[in-house]
Amino acid sequence: MPRYLVESLLALFAVLFSTTIILFVSGAPPFAAYYYIISGSLGSWIKLSQVIQVWVPLTLCASGLLYTFRIGLWNIGVEGQVMLGAVFTTAVLRIDAAKSMPMLFIGLSLLAGIFGGAIWAVVAGVLKTKGGVNEIFAGLGLNFVGQGIILWLIFGPWRRPGIASMSGTELFPQKLWLPFFPALRLSPVGLVLAVAALILTALFLRYTRLGLNLKAIGNNREAAYRFGLKPDRYMIIAMILAGGFAGLAGSVQAAGVYHRLLPAISSNYGYLALLVVMLSNYNVWITPLVAFFFACLNVGSIQLPMMLQLDSSLSGVIQGALVLAAMGVYAWRVRAKMAQGMVQR
Amino acid sequence: MELDLTLVFAGVVAGAAPIVLAALGETITEKAGVINLSLDGTILLSAMVAFAVAFETHNIILGFIFAAIVGAAVAAIIAFFSIYLNQSQVAVGFVLTLMTRDLAYFLGNPYSRLQGPQVLSLPIPFLKTIPVLGPVFFDQSLPVYFSLIMMACCGWYIYKTPMGLRLRSVGEHPLASYARGIDPKKLQMVYSIGGGLLVGLAGATFSLCVKPGWGRPQGAEGTGWIALVLVIFGGWNPIKAAMGAYLFSFLQIMGIYCQQWLPTVPAQVFQVAPFPLMIFTLLVMSLAQKESVLNWAENKPQMKSVLAFLSGSMPSALGKPYRPE
Repeated sequence: MPRYLVESLLALFAVLFSTTIILFVSGAPPFAAYYYIISGSLGSWIKLSQVIQVWVPLTLCASGLLYTFRIGLWNIGVEGQVMLGAVFTTAVLRIDAAKSMPMLFIGLSLLAGIFGGAIWAVVAGVLKTKGGVNEIFAGLGLNFVGQGIILWLIFGPWRRPGIASMSGTELFPQKLWLPFFPALRLSPVGLVLAVAALILTALFLRYTRLGLNLKAIGNNREAAYRFGLKPDRYMIIAMILAGGFAGLAGSVQAAGVYHRLLPAISSNYGYLALLVVMLSNYNVWITPLVAFFFACLNVGSIQLPMMLQLDSSLSGVIQGALVLAAMGVYAWRVRAKMAQGMVQR
Repeated sequence: MELDLTLVFAGVVAGAAPIVLAALGETITEKAGVINLSLDGTILLSAMVAFAVAFETHNIILGFIFAAIVGAAVAAIIAFFSIYLNQSQVAVGFVLTLMTRDLAYFLGNPYSRLQGPQVLSLPIPFLKTIPVLGPVFFDQSLPVYFSLIMMACCGWYIYKTPMGLRLRSVGEHPLASYARGIDPKKLQMVYSIGGGLLVGLAGATFSLCVKPGWGRPQGAEGTGWIALVLVIFGGWNPIKAAMGAYLFSFLQIMGIYCQQWLPTVPAQVFQVAPFPLMIFTLLVMSLAQKESVLNWAENKPQMKSVLAFLSGSMPSALGKPYRPE
């Protein structure tokens, strides 16, 4: 068996072990919890389609994050970029003329979502490059602002006639929903977009000058600058790409999943996508697999409150523990290699 | 509503206590060159643990102790990954931010919305009768006094003691301090854990004193990020960072008053107001360091003093783990 497989299994086992301990501490039956997570995510076609529904925004966000990670930026603002994408999409779908030309306006709304996410990313990018504000704090602050904008819209200008509530705006007319398979309540549009985003990202990063330059700046900004590249400009480009994909994820959530704008429209998928990319070790092809696994955990853990009166945030604990364990194993491998003198630092 | 300034300032000092503790803890950690980005989650987890322990044992002191241990443990994980495993502090810190928050919600679920113990106020005799100063500073609870004392202690420790000098040297130039016979790895570990202790106490101060109780959301969400920004605002000076915490607490309380004075402005605006303010502060801080701005202020004494107040130097080795050659 190849060594990395042994190590990965070791990490997985360590996580399973620590999760089991956490479950014991909380007084819950661990194996029942695992059973409900698995049967709640892969137990039926309906559940599997829910998993894919989560996989789509995760993969879209992760694709975008690959650009920013490649250039060495921490785009924590991805969460807010998803929100702004959803807001812009909702704004377009609320136009009265939309009902008479549904296809045109659905297309426009997706473009608007990309635009919204990109704007929010550019704000963080400009704060970083021109204002010298760390992108982590800029992005994080903008996430909270994005959440505030959504709440304000839902309780203010876009409130439901009658009572405004946390359940969101009014549903869009069914004509304006992304087309979906009625049996699975799953929109193929989102799936196609996510796969396209992934392939596009892989090609961009692998075969274009842009991808090479992003990598060069990420590896050594000073050297890249002396070579004649403009790091600031490429950072903005990477942010626009990341924000665009995240905004598209928000679009799909609003137009294809919830068919309205609601406070939890981003569902933490942006933050989760950061973990996905980290656990994939920034590799484009591993990303969708990890995203699928994380989506399973998210969907499966919805069973926990119903079946075992546990909080569903267990999935987040498992996901975080996996990333930490992977980092530990990776560091250990590097160490072992260095001890053998196989790599020169 | 009447604005009673004494009452407002007493509220500012009390409300700022956990933020002061968190900002002090993070300042110490960052002075040693380690970034503990996990503050937001750590505060929540330690708040949950403090409440759960105090609830089960009916012992508030134990709650504080366990919260401090939790804060220290999370900080130790980050320091270990960074110092001994060469992993990015930001990456580990970010993962732990999310993970500790989820762990807090998961383990804290049975303790949601329960009536639990909380710290009683402990006015200091005689001193509390001083007009204005008395109610503001001496009619508070123990954690609040502790935050005031810690502020002075941290400032004194970092700038006036030999140990503090060693702490700063490790954050500024670990190699040079190594040459002087200091073990940078060990000190970074120690001060990460020490800072983590304070962060844990900040969490306990939330759930047992300032915002008593546990729930999802608890109400402490977001303050960890504020504390991280306050460290930058304070220019890595603990006293200035604590002043920032009081300023923040003041703005928060003014926000509550404003909501009553301006009922037409939606409440959401006031809820998220700290965050654009946070970005704006960072922007001003960073612009104040720019050469063009400094040149512009050259002949303007007032502007110069403002800029001098805003200036503060980041520990040179912040976030760069020490690697012996």
